Amino acid sequence: MSDAYVSLQNLSLAYGSSIVVPELNIDIRKGELIALLGPSGCGKTTTMRAIAGLMTPHSGKITIDGVDVTRMPANKRGIGLVFQSYALFPHLTAFENAAFGLRLQKRPAAEIEERVTHWLATVDLAHLADRKPAEMSGGQQQRLSLARSLVMEPKVLLLDEPLSNLDARLRLEMRTELQRVQRDTGITMVFVTHDQAEALALADRIVLMKDGVIEQLGTPDELYNAPRTVFGADFFGFENIFEVAGRDLIGAKGKMPVAFGATARHMAWRPGAVSVGSGPWEGVVTGVAFAGEKREYVLDTDLGQIKAATDASEPAYQIGDVVPFGLPEATGFPISG
Amino acid sequence: MQYKWTSRLIIGLTLTFLIGPFLIIVLAGLSAGEFMTFPPEGISLKWYLKVFTVDSFRASFALSMFLAVFGTIAALLLGVPAAYAISRYDIPFGETIKTIVAAPIIVPGIIVGLALLRYLVVPLNFTVTLALFLAHTALVLPYAVRVVSASLNNLRSDMEEAAVLLGCTRLGAFTRVVLPNIQGGVLAAFILGFVTSFNQVPVSLFLSGPGVRTLPIDMLSYMEITYDPSVAALSALLAFLSVIIVFVAEKFLGFSRYV
Ligand SMILES: Nc1ncnc2c1ncn2[C@@H]1O[C@H](COP(=O)(O)OP(=O)(O)OP(=O)(O)O)[C@@H](O)[C@H]1O
Ligand SMILES: [Mg+2]
Repeated sequence: MSDAYVSLQNLSLAYGSSIVVPELNIDIRKGELIALLGPSGCGKTTTMRAIAGLMTPHSGKITIDGVDVTRMPANKRGIGLVFQSYALFPHLTAFENAAFGLRLQKRPAAEIEERVTHWLATVDLAHLADRKPAEMSGGQQQRLSLARSLVMEPKVLLLDEPLSNLDARLRLEMRTELQRVQRDTGITMVFVTHDQAEALALADRIVLMKDGVIEQLGTPDELYNAPRTVFGADFFGFENIFEVAGRDLIGAKGKMPVAFGATARHMAWRPGAVSVGSGPWEGVVTGVAFAGEKREYVLDTDLGQIKAATDASEPAYQIGDVVPFGLPEATGFPISG
Repeated sequence: MQYKWTSRLIIGLTLTFLIGPFLIIVLAGLSAGEFMTFPPEGISLKWYLKVFTVDSFRASFALSMFLAVFGTIAALLLGVPAAYAISRYDIPFGETIKTIVAAPIIVPGIIVGLALLRYLVVPLNFTVTLALFLAHTALVLPYAVRVVSASLNNLRSDMEEAAVLLGCTRLGAFTRVVLPNIQGGVLAAFILGFVTSFNQVPVSLFLSGPGVRTLPIDMLSYMEITYDPSVAALSALLAFLSVIIVFVAEKFLGFSRYV
C-alpha cells in the first residue's frame, strides 16, 4: 500500500446506470509496467479512461503519488493516453501532432524541434514528419499516437492496445522499444492488451480482468504457471480443464475415473502435458495441425474434446486413428477457484 | 433504346425548366426597347449599365449585402456552439431542439415575417434595420446548425479528449482541434446562409419600411412603377453572382458534400 504510485481504491465505474466495473482495487508502483488483460468488453478501456480523468468514477478513489486526483480535471493530471483509436489530429502533420502538447506549454522552438524529432525517430517515423495522418498506414498512425504521448514524458502513460495494428515483426520491435523506453525514462505504464503473449513478454505484473472484476493480479510467472481460476488457466493456455469429483474427472461429454484423489476443484493440462501414444484411455483423432516444432491434435474422448501436442519428431497420427492417451497427475495443474 | 430516349427527354425538360427562365431573363435584360419583353426588341447593354445608376438599387444592395454577411456571421456565432453542444454533450431533448431550430425552413416565410412583425418588431419598437438583421439571423440559423452538425458528426470526439490530455482546456480543444477540422463545413454554411439571406423575400417584405429595403423587395417595388428591362438585367447579374459563388465554393471546398 505504502509504495503505491497510482492507486485505485474501491473504484466503481458506470455508464449511466449500467455498472461496468463494480469495485476495483489496484496499486501500481512507480516505474512499473502493468498489463491490463482480459476479453473484449471487460472494462479495460473504461478503467483507463477513469485513470486519465475522461470519466468520473461512480464511486471510489484514484490517487497518484499520494494526491487524490479523483476530481482533478484530465488536463491537470499529467497522464498520457494512447487511444485504441489513435485519436490523431487530421489537420496537422505528424510533426505537429507530436508537437501539440509542447506547443501548448509554449516551450522554446529549439526544444520542441529536438524532442519531437527524437521521439519520431524512436518510433521510426522521422521520414514521415510532414505527412498528415490520413496519408499514413494504420500502423504508422498507431506509432505516431505513441510518439505524441511520449513526447510529453508523462508521469503515467496509459496505452490502450498500442500494438494491435502492427504486423508481427513491427510488433516485436515496438514491444522491445516500449520496454526500453520504459526502463530508460522510468515512466509508469499501464497497457491494455488482449494478447496474453504480449502481456507475458512486457509486463512486470499482469492484471487479468473479467466482467470488470480482477480474476488474478500477479507476475507473468504467477499468471502463466499458477493460475488461480479456471478463467485464468483457460486464458493462459491450459486448454484441457476438468472438474474433479472424488476419483472422477468430469468433462463436457462424460466422466472418467482417475488414479489420483482430488486435491482441488479442477485439474488442468496444457496440450503438451497430455501424454499421447501411451496411457490408460483411448481417443479418436479428429484434427491434426503441424506447428513447426509441435504437432497438435484434437482428440475425441469419453470426457469430450481434448487438445494435445507432441514433438514433431514423434510418430504422427492421422485423422480417424484411435490413440491411447493419458492425463498424468504429475503434469496436471490443480486449480482451487 | 426506349429507356434511353425517355431519360433524355426527362433530362431535357428538367434543364429547360431550370435554365430556361434564366436565359429568358438574361435576354430580356439585353433588350434595346423601353419595356420588358421576350423576345427582346433589338440588342443593347444599356439596361445592364442602368442598373448601376439607380440610387435605390445601390442602397438596397448595400443593405442586402450587410444583412447577408453579418446576419450569417451572427447565425454562425450562435449556430456553431449550438451544433457542438448538441452533438457532444448529452443535452436533454437535443434532437427536439434541432427540430425546433429547423422550423424556419419548414414554416412558410410569410408566417415567420408576420409573426416577427406583429409580436416582436411592433411591440418592442425595433428599427427596421435591426428587425431585418434579427430576422435574417434567425432564418439562416437552421442552415448553420444543420450543415455544421453534419461535419461535426463526421469528426470523432476522441481527438478532443486527446487534446485535453495533452493539456488543453475543453474550450482550447474546441478552437485548436474541432474548428480547424470543421472549417469546410462552417464555410459551406456561410455560403448557403449568404445566398439564402440575399434571396430572401417573404420575411423581408413584412419588415421593410420606408427607405429601408432589401434588394429583392426594392426590385419588386421598382417593377410596380417602372416596367423597364433593368430589373431583368439586375436579376441576371444577381444570378451570375450566385452561380460564381457556388462554383468557386464547389471548386475549392467541395461544397456539395455539405448540402
Ligand atoms: N459509452 C458507453 N456507454 C455505455 N456502455 C459502454 C460505453 N462504452 C463502453 N460501454 C460498455 O462497457 C463495457 C466495457 O467496455 P470497455 O470499452 O471498457 O471494454 P474493453 O475491455 O476496452 O473492450 P475491448 O477489448 O473490446 O476494447 C462494455 O460492456 C461496453 O459495452
Ligand atoms: Mg477497449
